[in-house]
Amino acid sequence: MTSFPADATPQLRSIRLRVNGREHTVRVDPATPLLYILRNDLGLKAAKLACGLEQCGACKVLINGQARPSCKIAVGELHGSEIVTLEGLAADGSLHPVQQAFIDEQATQCGYCAPGMVMAAISLLDKNPQPSEDEIRAALARHICRCGAYPRIIRAVQRAGRTMAAHIRQEVKP
Amino acid sequence: MTPEALPASLRQTPELDRWIRIDPGGTVTVFTGKVEIGQGIQTVIAQIAAEELDVAVARMHVNLADTLLSPDEGYTAGSTSTQVSGAAVRQAAAEVRYILVGQAAAQLDAPAERLRVEDGTVYDPETGAKVTYWELMAGKRFAQAASGRVQPKPSAAYTVVGQSVPRLDIPGKVAGEPVYVDDMDLPGMVHGRVVRPPAAAARLVEVDTAPVAAMAGVLAVVRDGSFLGVIAQREEQAVFAAERLAAAATWQGEEPLPRAEDIYRRLLTTPGESFLVVDGVPTDDSIPPLAPAAGTARRVDATYARPYTRHGSLGPSSAAAQLLDGRLTVWTHSQGVYPLRTDMAQVLHMPLGDIRVIHRQGPGCYGHNGADDVALDAALLARAVPGRPVLVKWSRRDENLWEPLGPAMLMQLHADLDASGALLAWSHETWSYTHSARPRPEPGVSSLIAAQHLAEPFAPPTPRPGRGAHGGIHRNADPLYAFPRRRIVKHFVPDSPLRTSALRSLGAFGNIFASESFVDEVAVAAGIDPVEFRLRYLTDSRARDVVVAAAEKAGWRKSPRRADHGQGIAFSRYKNAMIYSAVVVDVHVDRESGVVRVERAVAAADAGQIINPDGLRNQLEGGIVQSAGWTLKEAVQFGPDGLDGADWASYPVITFLEAPSVEIVLLDRPGEPPLGAGEATVGPAAAAIANAVYDAVGVRLRQLPFTPARVLAALAV
Repeated sequence: MTSFPADATPQLRSIRLRVNGREHTVRVDPATPLLYILRNDLGLKAAKLACGLEQCGACKVLINGQARPSCKIAVGELHGSEIVTLEGLAADGSLHPVQQAFIDEQATQCGYCAPGMVMAAISLLDKNPQPSEDEIRAALARHICRCGAYPRIIRAVQRAGRTMAAHIRQEVKP
Repeated sequence: MTPEALPASLRQTPELDRWIRIDPGGTVTVFTGKVEIGQGIQTVIAQIAAEELDVAVARMHVNLADTLLSPDEGYTAGSTSTQVSGAAVRQAAAEVRYILVGQAAAQLDAPAERLRVEDGTVYDPETGAKVTYWELMAGKRFAQAASGRVQPKPSAAYTVVGQSVPRLDIPGKVAGEPVYVDDMDLPGMVHGRVVRPPAAAARLVEVDTAPVAAMAGVLAVVRDGSFLGVIAQREEQAVFAAERLAAAATWQGEEPLPRAEDIYRRLLTTPGESFLVVDGVPTDDSIPPLAPAAGTARRVDATYARPYTRHGSLGPSSAAAQLLDGRLTVWTHSQGVYPLRTDMAQVLHMPLGDIRVIHRQGPGCYGHNGADDVALDAALLARAVPGRPVLVKWSRRDENLWEPLGPAMLMQLHADLDASGALLAWSHETWSYTHSARPRPEPGVSSLIAAQHLAEPFAPPTPRPGRGAHGGIHRNADPLYAFPRRRIVKHFVPDSPLRTSALRSLGAFGNIFASESFVDEVAVAAGIDPVEFRLRYLTDSRARDVVVAAAEKAGWRKSPRRADHGQGIAFSRYKNAMIYSAVVVDVHVDRESGVVRVERAVAAADAGQIINPDGLRNQLEGGIVQSAGWTLKEAVQFGPDGLDGADWASYPVITFLEAPSVEIVLLDRPGEPPLGAGEATVGPAAAAIANAVYDAVGVRLRQLPFTPARVLAALAV
């Protein structure tokens, strides 16, 4: 079982985070996991408290560009970090290509795993823009979808990769 | 149609205003008594209403179950929502359209027959005059009951039903909108956690709550008998306080659990009640002996086993509750807001009318999980801080150790063949515990965990053998094949050492795994191809069609054989009365490691008139993938040291690395009643995997799950 915070009468600290492009300072016990700050202090509910054990991936957010679970990591370790949640992906009123691909492929049932899946897919596509099916399976291996939408999620990630590649091609056209 | 012939839900709640409201802003609100559990019911209901009303789906708002607002449609369970609620909404919408067109005729001074409706605008093609539904109603109510005298559209006229309308709820979910019950943020809301005993039977002897009550942020510690919980200002404070409280508590009275390996022997030897099942219905007829049929040249028999399994929703159960001026409001992802309200009213000694239970979405639901239990937890904690909403969430550990489980099952099958390989007799016996322990009204009894822990406790429901057609233990025990001399026996065993209730498809999963594996064994014994054998005994053309479609799509045993690769098929018609499905899988068995890999699955299904093809595919696919996990990996482990599997490391489920690719063939049947699909493929997928393993390596696996250790042991024989 997780054990936090370490102390019954915690020392509060001011912690500065940049979340979805905005500066926030929260005054909390630094042992508090990031997820609780995101959901309850900043009102960003996309990342889910699902296992609290870094086992299922539903709480993943981008921390300094890397998709990482937020359910155990102490916010005190993240002072000054850049964090992006699902809510921060849309730009100019349009969804991120990975979000759009999840809609286009109807790649979810209950939707509870989707926030973590989308963040992990973005992280993957950032490093590997055209992943094979096996590369997607490996990259998302620690994300659980209990409804069994895995085949659709694989298709959504592939579709997003194609869309993003097409965008880049358009941008580099003279 | 007469009022007597109205769809059941509409007959029970005939007031049209309880089903459909034309909103002044140009939208339509449809009320259903069903809930969204990840199956996409909102979209299905919106499509059906949009079709009958001739209003765009985009204008539809579907209001899900709420004891204040919605019709009472009982539980969202058994794959019946599309059929039951859909039928009621269809008829109500057709009647509403008829009323509105009549009003438009008066206003436009034109005969109703001449008028057309396009996206809620009624117009006269001759004069061009028009009026909208929202102008006609202007916030008024219909104030009349469904008559049954209006005929819904013929299916040939459908333009919205039958289309893959994208699910209305998915954009919000992938944008991170707070749609789930645990995303709620009510003004002044605080957080609660409960502390459960170390074992089901343990009782709280002593706990010093003072140190926890003094912790930062803690608002109240609640103890009532063995029910223990804490409320704190912040969520992490509640989590931490609950950990401290657990450490401070002393419990006693734990009854050691039996060993998991002994459960099948217990099922066979514990005295229970046995019933001969005839046409899917348990009877009091005497059970005939298992004597071989006259002319038997060969008897085949086999015993199959299915362990206890978990729902394991991705998110643990949660609920919010608020006690305000003596009235309680509860937000829940329960499958039945009305039955839950009845159970809670008794436990809390409150009048029904003082409790409102409102559905909010939760993580994917596959049956009776912890949702109802945590709703009572939230209500009990909310009583300690009147006026303040309390959000209570179980931990992963709470969920895995306290949710009701899918019960263990043992199936013994016998078949008698004559010298030509023709089947003379078929026997299927199933031993299992109850598959049905949902809240139901009974004085002094509550199915909710906390009620059983109170200082003045309520008794858990006494499991009783269901007598309905294709109820729990005997669901799909009776195969659809035209077998002569069938002997189907249900053995209800009363005292499960672990709490059990309804899990996706109930007994159908174990029964279809067994009977469709056994069909293969009999086909092998008779020397007949498994597809050919099934077709030989299926007389229902819709059943034959799905078997043929799945076999064709999969290229049934056409590819050149590869070592340790195999293909298997299985079929069922859910409850012998609902959706037809056939599943073909391709597997590879690694003889070194014992790992079975399901590489590809193909399913064909006939769900009657299809409302939303992609939604239907999604349900069928998910059922196959989840079942592949049940079949290869899942079993609840327990023993004298207690119940194991409190997290995903100790209760592994199927992951991206193991999920098969899935292809679906849909056979549309316009004009036939639409049938739910959520539970269709779980049983056939399990048997198809077993049959494919046999095809691959020649060993017959009869005990779920097919772990590498079991596969290696079978290969070593």
